[in-house]
Amino acid sequence: MALNSTLRPGLIQMRVLDLDKTLTFYKDILGLDEVARTTDGRVLLKGFDEFDHHSVSLRLADEAGVDLVAFKVDSPATLERLKTATEAFGYPVDEVAPNTDQPGFGKRYGFTICTGHRIELYAEVMLSPNGPMTHNPDPWVNAPRGMRAQRFDHCLLYGPNIAEAERYFTEVLGMFAPEVCNTPDGKRFATWLTSGNKPHDLAFVEYEKPGKIHHLGFLLQDWNDIGNAADWMAKYGVKRDVGPTRHAITRGQTIYFWEPSGNRIETYCGGYTAYPDNPQRTWDISEVGKGLFYYEGELIPTFLQVVT
Amino acid sequence: MQGYTVTVAETGETFTCNQNEILLAAMRRTGKGPIQYGCFGGGCGVCKVKIISGDYQVVKKMSHAHVLAQNPTDGTVLACCVTPRGNITVSRV
Ligand code: FES
Ligand SMILES: [Fe+2]
Repeated sequence: MALNSTLRPGLIQMRVLDLDKTLTFYKDILGLDEVARTTDGRVLLKGFDEFDHHSVSLRLADEAGVDLVAFKVDSPATLERLKTATEAFGYPVDEVAPNTDQPGFGKRYGFTICTGHRIELYAEVMLSPNGPMTHNPDPWVNAPRGMRAQRFDHCLLYGPNIAEAERYFTEVLGMFAPEVCNTPDGKRFATWLTSGNKPHDLAFVEYEKPGKIHHLGFLLQDWNDIGNAADWMAKYGVKRDVGPTRHAITRGQTIYFWEPSGNRIETYCGGYTAYPDNPQRTWDISEVGKGLFYYEGELIPTFLQVVT
Repeated sequence: MQGYTVTVAETGETFTCNQNEILLAAMRRTGKGPIQYGCFGGGCGVCKVKIISGDYQVVKKMSHAHVLAQNPTDGTVLACCVTPRGNITVSRV
């Protein structure tokens, strides 16, 4: 659904405290497929409806949180153009050789933005051998498991100076912000950014500590699948945070929970169709409770403060 | 079931933590103690407390972003990762 030469957030690498337990969770409960393991012990996964080699990498570490978020762009020429534009914006860029730490991925350019997050760009990635069918296709090859997560969808990052981050993603990567939230003195408190018709590919909340992640989000089919996800949480004692409910912001339907290493995950469906020419929706920070949790009408206390 | 008494240093209030029960789970069950809870996975750090006396065991890995060692000598722990092995006293950090 991209309308822009930046296609989507195609890869996220997460740090986990307990690889075995967290992996079991990702595979058996969330329903992702294991694609491969790296020589340094990371595990690569993807949703059943994703074509590219993998979209999630799990790395055993002493701290929970996020290592990197990578965006796929539409061509090698775009990739080179964006590298130059990123440097011109003021972020020094490094190069990761093809098929190294992320098997199947072509050359990647990486840089750290003002919020403290490592962002990468790439144009080429191998197709996964167990991707969706393309000829007279069935909806799935193997019956989806657990919560039936279809694909990695978006993430919400926390860090300082999100106004600059928003400028980077809009001015350099050509994304737009269908929805924003401001403080009473007009500063950005939160911004939702997209490259296409999805209501968000990426979001930021202003936070003093750099490099934090609030959640990574996976797409489910519909509200029934949100209920199915809730059933899996209840049955297997997954720590639920919020939901099932609906966001007024993005209008998505949602449920939030924590994987065994303490990183928050969202399973999400729906949301409006975003177009870059539509007027921007704006929220006052005093109304953000309703914006986030439309049915409850107020903020759930753990929600905004708990990050990894 | 045998349990251990957890005393909250600041208030003197006490509650029982069952054998092998995670300290944070007992706080949540009883509504007592410095109950701030988040991920229950040792990742987010909001359940950080200091165990100022008594025996306990760290049963889950704690994120180094919040606690520097897996067996901190000063008793600073993530309550979602420990279980008492005797009566303990906890305080806020
Ligand atoms: S509740 Fe998150 S570290 Fe204990
Ligand atoms: Fe989300």
